[in-house]
Amino acid sequence: MVEPGLYMTVAAVLFFIGALGMLVRRNALVMFMCIELMLNAVNLTLISAGRAMNDLNGQVAVFFILVVAAAEVVVGLAIIVAIFRRRSTASVDELNEMRG
Amino acid sequence: MVESFVFVLMAIAAIAGAVTVVVARNPVYSAIGLLGTLFSVAVLYVLQLAHFVAAVQIIVYAGAVLTLFLFVIMLIGVDKDETREENLPFQRKAVFGLGGAIILVAAGLALFTDFEWVPAASNALIPEATNGTIEAVAESLFTDWVLAFEATALLLTIAAAGAIALAHYRRRDT
Repeated sequence: MVEPGLYMTVAAVLFFIGALGMLVRRNALVMFMCIELMLNAVNLTLISAGRAMNDLNGQVAVFFILVVAAAEVVVGLAIIVAIFRRRSTASVDELNEMRG
Repeated sequence: MVESFVFVLMAIAAIAGAVTVVVARNPVYSAIGLLGTLFSVAVLYVLQLAHFVAAVQIIVYAGAVLTLFLFVIMLIGVDKDETREENLPFQRKAVFGLGGAIILVAAGLALFTDFEWVPAASNALIPEATNGTIEAVAESLFTDWVLAFEATALLLTIAAAGAIALAHYRRRDT
């Protein structure tokens, strides 16, 4: 029997790796994958917390997060493709036209 | 015993996949690392009796989202390497320092104090209460959360329409 806290530890490590990737990578696609990583970590935390509290609503919340994440990926990737068609780059460092 | 074994195995696989996402130069490798993490997390869901959510995770994430990622990677091209020169003088080191400090504090809390992971947790776990079969989740979804469920349906429609609008957009002058 594995404690819910151990699952949460794994989730925390995943979240940290995702946040780190978000900060150190420049490729918009990889940054997007890091967002997915962090969303997954939060989902794992919610399911563990739901199990620790004997409550099924944790899983319902994860279901909704999955739906919103899917919508976010669709729109986000469409934006990345639109930017790429205009600028021929997926690097976020080169998107600085609005710099003052 | 079996749960501990599978947990350790899948935790290592999930973290290895996550590290691959961050360190891989080629975005395709990042996507494959993400796939490994998604599958491992799905197994961790099953270990916690979240069967329906695990199935949705495989179908939606590993099936649809990752395919979309791979499509876009192929479309954008994988040969463009990121620039390696640093525009931020000290921020990256600060991130590692801060992250290390947070991990140390969290580990100290967990190991040396009587830290409560979930403050409202009950003492005894009742597996029957959180057995996430389709029936159980659907009952909650279509009674307590039916409004939110309909709102997500609307959200998905809007997202699909928005993606199509973005994909169809052409500048007039070109």
